[in-house]
Amino acid sequence: MARTQQDYDDIPGTFVFDAERSRQGFGINMFCMSLMKDENRKAFKANEAEYLKKFRLTPEQTEAVLKRDYNRMLELGGNIYFTAKLGATDGHSFQHLAAVMTGASQQDYAAMMLGGGRSVEGNRSRSGKPVKAKSASTSKPKLKLKPRLKSKSKSKSKSKSKSKSSAKRK
Amino acid sequence: MAKIIAGVGSSHVPAIGAALDNGKTEEPYWKRVFSGFEKSKEWMAKTKPDVAIVVYNDHASAFSVEMIPTFALGCAAEFPPADEGWGPRPVPVVKGHPALAAHIAQSVILDEFDLTIVNKMEVDHGLTVPMNLLFGQPKDAWPCPVIPLAVNVVMYPPPTGHRCYMLGKAIRRAVESYPEDLKVVIFGTGGLSHQISGPRAGLINSKWDKSFLDNLSKDPKKLTRIPHLEYMREAGAEGIEMVMWLIMRGALDDKVDEVYRFYTVPASNTAVGHIILENARKGAGTRKAAGKSKRASAGKSRQAAARQPTYRIASKGTR
Repeated sequence: MARTQQDYDDIPGTFVFDAERSRQGFGINMFCMSLMKDENRKAFKANEAEYLKKFRLTPEQTEAVLKRDYNRMLELGGNIYFTAKLGATDGHSFQHLAAVMTGASQQDYAAMMLGGGRSVEGNRSRSGKPVKAKSASTSKPKLKLKPRLKSKSKSKSKSKSKSKSSAKRK
Repeated sequence: MAKIIAGVGSSHVPAIGAALDNGKTEEPYWKRVFSGFEKSKEWMAKTKPDVAIVVYNDHASAFSVEMIPTFALGCAAEFPPADEGWGPRPVPVVKGHPALAAHIAQSVILDEFDLTIVNKMEVDHGLTVPMNLLFGQPKDAWPCPVIPLAVNVVMYPPPTGHRCYMLGKAIRRAVESYPEDLKVVIFGTGGLSHQISGPRAGLINSKWDKSFLDNLSKDPKKLTRIPHLEYMREAGAEGIEMVMWLIMRGALDDKVDEVYRFYTVPASNTAVGHIILENARKGAGTRKAAGKSKRASAGKSRQAAARQPTYRIASKGTR
């Protein structure tokens, strides 16, 4: 079932956790939520695939979890605040996860943050249509219509998770 | 009559809580962040509110994806700190103000804001980190009762900025119709720019943040027109939390005195922003005259900064 195209799908390197993903990712997120309990973390670690069966994930979702493909989890309806619990179960810091999602080493990622973070320049739009550099002071609601992209982005969104470096690093 | 006298905006980065809990506040990285809140703690100690309303969001602690209330008002007598995976934060249990909370719920719902009432809830770093930043680290008890207002900013769409702003106004009407004399401070928390998910994680937009803070002081109505798409595009997917600051702002006078501001990048993955706004009447004293006379020419963003002790520390690469 194809995902309904949304204006925010034009934002590069971003999987917005919307109502549709929330529905689709219910199992992933409830699985992650279960990891708040120590006995569940142990059960999961003892046999990951078996433990996941309780949550009725799709085969794609199961694969993403087992492979710790965090971007794919987000694309299939996982939410970062939930998937972070899986990262914590693996003993990873949040910054480690962030680095993994951006395809950078943790060291490089941390250095980027210390240097002021990832620039918004060049990271506003996938469609490449110029989105005006904006500040909160100049905002007008009409911008909403501008960067909408109809046809292209469906196929694009599929490849999103693979193109880890699609968001330019500074 | 109860009265909202001031608003506080503050980021609620979880790593700030971890730094506090693990005694890292003196490390240079964290000192840069905490030093920006020294004056705020002094301000809060002087202001001594009777109640704080804290607008924040839950991060998969009290609410999973089973229930996602847009606005959830905490009406309980107390709110224990949530276990976010490392055990509950070592902070005092947050005491509520059930009578005022119930009054707000009743007033605001009849004012057509359909809140969810929560009578049992744990609170996570979204609420306790800003409290630490403003109240310090009390051992046994927080200095005042707190009414938590949890806003869904995790699942898209969160309420619009305009809706948040109008809810702030309704909360103000509710507070002002409460018979007991109470000084109330309202917190808006979250933000500023950050994205922590997907390949674009790490995004920071200081220019946009600054403009947001300027307008929060001077022209909040402009902020109420920002569409969600723009928050996410400019301030990061999780930067959309900033709509919560508009609830705080809506609960204040149209004209406020900006008494303090702080901004730094980064704390972990996030730009830290902080502002204190007082309803103009209360800020009487030396700075009042200057503030009032300049008010006519709102829009000149630097004026509040020139007039007030604006305090900023930024890391080297901050744009």
